[in-house]
Amino acid sequence: MKHRTFFWFILPTLTAMILFIALPIVSAFVQSLFVQHEQVLVVSKSCGPFGCNETTSIDLKATEKLRQGEPLGKFNGLGTYLNRSHLAFSEVGNAWANSETLTDFWDEVLNLPFYGALTFTLTYTAVVTPVVLILGLAIAIGVNGLPNLMKGPSIFVSLLPFLVTPLVGSLILFWMVDGDGIIGATIQLVFNDPNLSLKASTALTWTMLIVYGIWHTLPFSFIVFYAGLQTVPFDTLEAAQIDGATKWQRIIYVVVPHLVPLISFVTLMLLMDNFRVFEPIVSFSAEAHARSLSWIIFNDLRESGNPLYGSAGATSMLTIIGVAFLLTPVLLRTWRDFKLKGH
Amino acid sequence: MFLKKLFLTGAAASLLGSAVFAADCGPSGQSVRILASDFPAIHAVAGTAEQNCAASASEFTRNHTTEARQIMNAALTPNPAEYTSVIVANSTLTQLMNDGLVRPLNDLVDKYGSNLPKNLMITIDDNIMAVAFMANSQHLFSRTDILKQAGVDSVPATYSEMISAAKAIRDAGIMEYPIVMNMKTGWNVGESFNLVFLAHGGEFFKAGTAEPSINSAAGIAALNTLKQLVGYAHPDHLTQASNETQAIWEAGEAALGIMWGSRGSVILDDEGSSEQVTSNTVLSSAPSVEPGGLPGATLWWDGFTISKNVSDVEAEATFAALASALNAEMVAANNDDAIWLLEGFKPGAAAAGVSATAQGGAVPYPMLPQIGLLHNALGAELADFLKGDESAEKALADVEAAYITAAKEEGFLQ
Repeated sequence: MKHRTFFWFILPTLTAMILFIALPIVSAFVQSLFVQHEQVLVVSKSCGPFGCNETTSIDLKATEKLRQGEPLGKFNGLGTYLNRSHLAFSEVGNAWANSETLTDFWDEVLNLPFYGALTFTLTYTAVVTPVVLILGLAIAIGVNGLPNLMKGPSIFVSLLPFLVTPLVGSLILFWMVDGDGIIGATIQLVFNDPNLSLKASTALTWTMLIVYGIWHTLPFSFIVFYAGLQTVPFDTLEAAQIDGATKWQRIIYVVVPHLVPLISFVTLMLLMDNFRVFEPIVSFSAEAHARSLSWIIFNDLRESGNPLYGSAGATSMLTIIGVAFLLTPVLLRTWRDFKLKGH
Repeated sequence: MFLKKLFLTGAAASLLGSAVFAADCGPSGQSVRILASDFPAIHAVAGTAEQNCAASASEFTRNHTTEARQIMNAALTPNPAEYTSVIVANSTLTQLMNDGLVRPLNDLVDKYGSNLPKNLMITIDDNIMAVAFMANSQHLFSRTDILKQAGVDSVPATYSEMISAAKAIRDAGIMEYPIVMNMKTGWNVGESFNLVFLAHGGEFFKAGTAEPSINSAAGIAALNTLKQLVGYAHPDHLTQASNETQAIWEAGEAALGIMWGSRGSVILDDEGSSEQVTSNTVLSSAPSVEPGGLPGATLWWDGFTISKNVSDVEAEATFAALASALNAEMVAANNDDAIWLLEGFKPGAAAAGVSATAQGGAVPYPMLPQIGLLHNALGAELADFLKGDESAEKALADVEAAYITAAKEEGFLQ
């Protein structure tokens, strides 16, 4: 394709991407460098149905004056990135200086909001991604081997978890694992422990979130691989069969290599999605045991009445850096393959 | 009686009130746009305002959403604002005032609200910022039949009585988890801490400043009391908020609860529960630390505000419409939906808990501009202590550190 044609071809997409992806990222970055001006507090008398008392309120005029001078707020540089809610270098330093064993040190570090959330986010990503890849491929191969009559219904059933809205899907599961729900009650019966609760233990909550994550994203890798399987050259398979390759060997040496570009694509998508895990934490009310980076952003923006834009912006930037970091190996590999093919 | 005093103040103006409401909707042909949360009492007030004044307005819209708190600042910031009025509570009024989005109502009250009791005016330094119409607080719910079965003769009045009653119920083998509380991680667990902390005489901030002071003897005592209480609550308590605790209560699976007063009438009505539960449920004051001490509760009001960024006539029409709803007829038609602070309210069994709690001297939820940040820090950092992963001192130190980080970003601390 000529460069000129290519340019016109990609222009609409490029415009949309700059407007809706690049600019908001720049804006979030700029906001993360600023903090609010000093709030000028005044002591005032407040009265209501329950009597009067002394209280403080914001001197709006004085605060407004500060704000008009510098509408973005007070420049804070990377201060927000380094504070306790984010990278917390000084807290980590203190923990290192003050803890006697490595376990103490880790306890201190994981107690910090960012590192606690990062741990869950990475664990979730590291478990869900490979399991979904392997299971997705297995189901795709399984469905592909079914007689034609069964294929349609099997594909439909396999896709169902993907069709259910994440919030609704996780709420349904949340009710099922309740002590009175079908899964929760069964588990109590199996382990003969009427007080066993999936929601009250950190390890079980993590397991529940990860199982949900696998259940929910499996159809994505399944359907992509299933589509890919339709393009596997029949000649090669037949040749392998004549050479005496077993079914297993045919999968490993013919099908998988053929699907490698798709595997890279699915891995990229899964890494990005899983690193941003969010909905199940809210609908499973799992905040006490598991928090993710996206959950921290949500909490900063929503829960305190005064949204912490700087803090949320900083966490977003760190999330983007985290995703970029995870994607680098996959992207490098894709680039290498591309170069090999091109020359 | 606390509530009685409030009603009498209102009753004096009752005749005048009825006369005003039928006639006065203020300037006609204006647009009235109300943003409010979504529960029956708020529907009653905003709905009555619509019935009274929709005919004289060019447009009358109501947006009832549980997300009101999340959208109101953004909706009121542009000029003209998206809504002419927001129906708020203690904490949400602060949120609007922090950004200067609501107007003083003194002249409007003089013109349209002379029938309203003076103590319903929420004033900051003589500026009326909101008009309250209903009250709410947390308090104790008890199942007298189960207490009696466990050999406890009276409804607990203090935390230690509550804990020993729970122990008696467990020891008698009646229930393993007799206590329910709204302990869901986030806002609810923060609020549950606030209750016990206030009962222990705690102060959230050093007076007149935004410096936190919760890592104190009162804070530690409060956390230890809370821990003892949840020792008798279901292990899932960190996932339970009002809807869950109400369901547990109505299913007859709890005997002692600290829940919202606004759930009282819903629990006592004949829907969703059995006769045995409803007829034996007694609502009483929130427990205190010492007998006769400060009840562990925060008092809340709900009331309406008028946006700053709307024209004066729209503001006037909105105020007149909402003020027209605050009368005895509206209260009579919706008596059990709320603890009304208005004339004509007949407090029933469902109001007994809030009434006793207020009478016991419980304090209102603080209207401080930085309280939301501290509340959020409490909600996020206390879970570790309640799960048993860290000490009370460490948890409170974490809360203060998280709060200070946020308060520095918001400019409350330097």
